[in-house]
Amino acid sequence: MAKADFKVPVLQQYPEIPEVEPGVMAHSSPYKSKPQFQAELGFPGELVDDWQKKAIDKMGDLLGRYRALRVYLDSCVKCGSCTDKCHYYLGTHDPKNMPVGRQDLMRKVYRRHFTLAGRLFPKLVGAEDLTEEVLGDWYSYYHQCSQCRRCSVFCPYGIDTAEISMAAREIMDHIGVGQKYCNEIIGKVYKIGNNLGLPGPALADTLEGLEEDVFDETGVEVKYPLDQEGAEILLVTPSADFFAEPHVDGLIGYGKVFHEAGVSWTLSSHASEAANFGMFIGSYENMRRVALRIREAAIKLGVKRIVFGECGHAWRVAYSFLNTLAGPWDFLDQRYPIPQHICEFTYGLIQAGKLNLDKSRNDDMVLTYHDSCNVARASRMGDRPGGQFDIPRAIIRATCNHYYDMDEETIRDRTFCCGGGGGLLTDDLMEVRVKGAQPRVEALNNVIQEKGVTHMAAICAICKSQFTKVLPYYGMDLDQIVSVHQLVSNALVLTGEETDDEDEAADEAA
Amino acid sequence: MSFLSDVYAGLFYFAAFVLVAGLTNKVIQYARTPAPLKIPTTPAPTTKTGVALRLTREVVFFESLFRGSKWTWIFGWMFHFGLFLVTLRHLRYFLDPVPMPIQLIQPFGIYGGIAMVIGLAGLWGRRFLVDRVRYITALSDHLILALLITIGLSGLMMRFVVHTDIMRVKQFFQGLYVGQVHVLPADPLLLLHLLLVALLMIIFPYSKLLHAPGLFFSPSRNQVDNPREQRHLAPWARRLEQD
Repeated sequence: MAKADFKVPVLQQYPEIPEVEPGVMAHSSPYKSKPQFQAELGFPGELVDDWQKKAIDKMGDLLGRYRALRVYLDSCVKCGSCTDKCHYYLGTHDPKNMPVGRQDLMRKVYRRHFTLAGRLFPKLVGAEDLTEEVLGDWYSYYHQCSQCRRCSVFCPYGIDTAEISMAAREIMDHIGVGQKYCNEIIGKVYKIGNNLGLPGPALADTLEGLEEDVFDETGVEVKYPLDQEGAEILLVTPSADFFAEPHVDGLIGYGKVFHEAGVSWTLSSHASEAANFGMFIGSYENMRRVALRIREAAIKLGVKRIVFGECGHAWRVAYSFLNTLAGPWDFLDQRYPIPQHICEFTYGLIQAGKLNLDKSRNDDMVLTYHDSCNVARASRMGDRPGGQFDIPRAIIRATCNHYYDMDEETIRDRTFCCGGGGGLLTDDLMEVRVKGAQPRVEALNNVIQEKGVTHMAAICAICKSQFTKVLPYYGMDLDQIVSVHQLVSNALVLTGEETDDEDEAADEAA
Repeated sequence: MSFLSDVYAGLFYFAAFVLVAGLTNKVIQYARTPAPLKIPTTPAPTTKTGVALRLTREVVFFESLFRGSKWTWIFGWMFHFGLFLVTLRHLRYFLDPVPMPIQLIQPFGIYGGIAMVIGLAGLWGRRFLVDRVRYITALSDHLILALLITIGLSGLMMRFVVHTDIMRVKQFFQGLYVGQVHVLPADPLLLLHLLLVALLMIIFPYSKLLHAPGLFFSPSRNQVDNPREQRHLAPWARRLEQD
């Protein structure tokens, strides 16, 4: 079990709604961004002189540009429906981690400066100035929100705390108070092309290695091409897929699926990253700049289709925003969805009977599936609403014999975030990550106990990294989290693959 | 009494103006503020008809609240549906002749009044009993509940305990349509009831009561899920593309 200098929540059989413990997470805040990272994104390097005025001005600017922010700050009636829905509240018990508590940190400043009631009777309506203390709360608690939208499902007005935490981060960036993790990473994307800072030659090396591995294992020459002009499909995938476990097993799977489909495809060193942290920091301009790399790569390589690998928030940006940010996509093949999710692609092949899947190859696992928040509540797959739940499950069921869902209250659009989304996947936020994972891990633990589940599949790079890191705190193994396309990769019998039982027997004997 | 009637006449003209102008102003502000990105909470409808149905379910049945909190839903729905019936019942004081449906609804309006007060009491109780809700409650939340419950109770009192001369009340409001001030009955309960209703109208556009128009403008509920099929671009975002 991993060591912690904080109290790791105890997993229960039946979820409990904790009593409020004000201020217990006030100490948690991420490292601040350094001036050089800020400048790269067009933000001031450190706290500006007249920060209060600048922050209020920026808030006014955002209120005029984002209807959601305006409507959400006005509409809350404090009904309490969201109060027990956030995984960070459930895991930390801090009432400022209740969605409405988090929203109110900004709402009280909004009321003070932008509403008649707050200007005239601040005490009455709970309006407050943006003091240093309030700014401190903003920095702390707006970085304890993974923007997972679970609160918005249960709000009678659809108030989405993610919109408010994005706006708060955007305001803070504009007065020079940025978060190191997100802003440094966005800088890397601009400079090198991906979050992890892997340069082109390193990518080429890795992909070559994968080709060798797959050949050794199957005897089939599956290609993992990079920057191949004229390919039909551009695959955009999170950079963690290039080396981290279990991500890379997913990438191996995509390649095998493309191989079996008989389509040409390529990765791009220019757009070697599906993630778009511009969303996390609420910066339309940075999100657009990151997204435009994909357009540039698609044009340069002359592809006809764009497919996204397994990544949650990347799929939100791709599905919901890419057309807005980097469209129109009139130069691509209009017969296919633009962009398409790798799960949609694989599911289509399974439906058409084009994949030879041997479920028994995954018999060493009993599986469950974690709906990633951004896929579940901010995107879709396929033609019908809810395809984002059904398609990945259909793929898993087609690739293994043993599958069980977790408690209905914790899956599909009610899924719990892994605890590491929204720009919190950094070691300086370990406490909130571990505590925030509690509701999900609790539901996982229950299917482990009751159904004998051994592994949880996911389609998000952040979920995979987060669980790999936090499961050990709960006494589980880091390798209990797997990629969906890892299951596909295991089960897929490639055309021409050496599958003789004799061979296997010989291997085992050796 | 005529001085007091003049004051009430002025008050209601003012309250009606604030309510209409304030709400219009807010609705225009919401409508003119762009929603630059597609952010419906999914699964979301893929057609406009689907969105209309989704919003109808939210307005009529409080669908999301039902999923979120059963107790709040029961009390909240009782209050709102009760208030709806009460409002229909009250139309007889403002319309002449009284349309047949409004005549038929009269007894249900009374049940509505009772349901409304019970619902409000339940909602208020939660603000004391549930620690999470207690934490998020501001003074204004208590005051709005006090205001609504007093309106409800004073109305029920006039129905069941101390009657007022309702024909003269109707005359008063009919007179306001044409700028004439008729004398209001000098019943303290009636005057309290009317004062608080005027107050409610005045605070409506400046308080959380804005949740009523807000719901219709909430992008997570009113957007169609079709970002791949149709390009969505806000005017200010279009300007970025021209740079």
